[in-house]
Amino acid sequence: MTAATIEAPVIHRPGLGATVSQVLSMAWRQMVRIKHNPFELVDLSLSPIMFLLLFVYVFGGQMAGSTSDYLQYVLGGLIAQNAIFLTMYTGTGINADLRKGVYDRFRSLPIARSAPLAGKIFADMFKQVWSIVVMLGLGLLMGFELRTVAGAFLAALVLVVFALAISWISVLMGVVADSEEKVQIYAFVIIMPLTFTSSAFVDINTMPGFMQAWAKVNPVTHLADTMRGLLSFGPITEPLMWTFVWAAGIFAVTAPLAMRAYKRKMV
Amino acid sequence: MSQDNAIETEGLTKHFGDLVALDHVDLAARTGTVLGVLGPNGAGKTTMVRMLATLSEPTAGTARVGGYDIVKDGAQVRTFIGLTGQFAGVDELLTGEENLRFIGRLLGMPTRDAKARARELLAQFNLSDAAEKPAKAYSGGMRRRLDLAASLVGRPRILFLDEPTTGLDPRARGELWGLVRGLVADGTTVLLTTQYLEEADQLAHEIAVIDHGKVIATGTPTQLKAKIGGQSLRIQPEEHGQLDTVRDLVAARFPDLEPVVEAGAITIGVNDDGIMPALAADLRDRGIALTEFHLGLSSLDEVFLTLTGRRTETDDADETEEAAK
Repeated sequence: MTAATIEAPVIHRPGLGATVSQVLSMAWRQMVRIKHNPFELVDLSLSPIMFLLLFVYVFGGQMAGSTSDYLQYVLGGLIAQNAIFLTMYTGTGINADLRKGVYDRFRSLPIARSAPLAGKIFADMFKQVWSIVVMLGLGLLMGFELRTVAGAFLAALVLVVFALAISWISVLMGVVADSEEKVQIYAFVIIMPLTFTSSAFVDINTMPGFMQAWAKVNPVTHLADTMRGLLSFGPITEPLMWTFVWAAGIFAVTAPLAMRAYKRKMV
Repeated sequence: MSQDNAIETEGLTKHFGDLVALDHVDLAARTGTVLGVLGPNGAGKTTMVRMLATLSEPTAGTARVGGYDIVKDGAQVRTFIGLTGQFAGVDELLTGEENLRFIGRLLGMPTRDAKARARELLAQFNLSDAAEKPAKAYSGGMRRRLDLAASLVGRPRILFLDEPTTGLDPRARGELWGLVRGLVADGTTVLLTTQYLEEADQLAHEIAVIDHGKVIATGTPTQLKAKIGGQSLRIQPEEHGQLDTVRDLVAARFPDLEPVVEAGAITIGVNDDGIMPALAADLRDRGIALTEFHLGLSSLDEVFLTLTGRRTETDDADETEEAAK
């Protein structure tokens, strides 16, 4: 009844150090992918550049009286909106890997089961930083007046923390959906209205009552206000606090759901 | 059950909803040998490999790989197995070298060791010239070799190869066979699934034929060929009315084998092609005119015809299986 036993290290669960190293290796793979396909960075810069130019030079005059005033207002909002859109690519990437069989290989290796997902999320933070640099750079060229340099670094940090948390929504969709296109459609249907019903582009006091009520609690409002506060003007502490509350809440709900769906997917 | 089995399954069963993908499978692979699992699409081969490689859990039954239970001790099992699935497990954007180095890093090798191991495998798999090219530029055969190499980075003692040569041309197939033989010579135990009788015959020490999730025959290639015939003879008389006469003549010459009458022709698996001239003479003496008298290597289709009396079904079982997941 006893079969030949191969001497194996007795592992029940990879140690924290090993897991961190595996997550970093997964992130390394994503970085090498960008190295081989640098156009991906151009690709994901196109829409924020377009949004920034169109919003400021088309709507700016009417929105805030002058394009330069509107630029001061909207840049933080656009950075927040773009960060949320970017998280979608985490889900589409995971979906593609799942369908191609890359995850089957990962799952046959003696590594932490969460390493592939965590590595992808982690690596995508590079894209977040890249995007804020591109948008802030273009904004400065257009005449944006930065509140403080320290504020810009802090804004990037807050953005990364928020994106790390809400990426799990995207991961959940990436695991559950049966195609990349579906992930994109789901994401679009959620993200588009979510970002527009916030303070990202307009003062929410101009909205009708029912919309104001929602916009005031919308996480995008808090993130956009935080970005605005750190980069140009306005309060920082309160929106920052609410941003972290939302991030923690979203993470607490979606990360376990995503991990559960991921494990089930493999049955 | 023996002391020397690297892989053992007992009543291994997997359901996807109402679909029974694998039905009480009992199999064993001796350490250092190749177990060939032969079956058509949708027979349950991939389902079995996925469970043994700890990617999914059985609905019922147990399996031990390297002596460890695949469910309870999955983490241990993963330390000494390698898997090359039907679907590419390599990253198309990464070069061959990067793909292998990446797996090495994942396994916790220091960068230098991961690089050295990648170089070693690329040389062993005749991919050194393409080491710096992205995998998407590789031919089908090169990609399979890279995929196999990727499963070997951690020097697995037990290797699962799920249809490693499906879709490859004969030359690329032959190259891959050579690599598998080399691994077995070094002591690796291999479980190989295939749709080709020839492949199982070439590589496997023992073969299990599976169909609709059930094992329908097991044995060494020699035993199996004795049972089903390594070659297949097909005779079609010009006149349909002479079919029974032909069958009787064939049966008389091959008393141990069962001829199958189908679509106006007689098909029989044969082992001794020395009987052919005598059979041809029998037919000529009766004055039976033939439209076909053909001897060829048995295909999986003919194996199934002999074992089950019906041809393999090119049904959508695989897709149903996918959808059920």
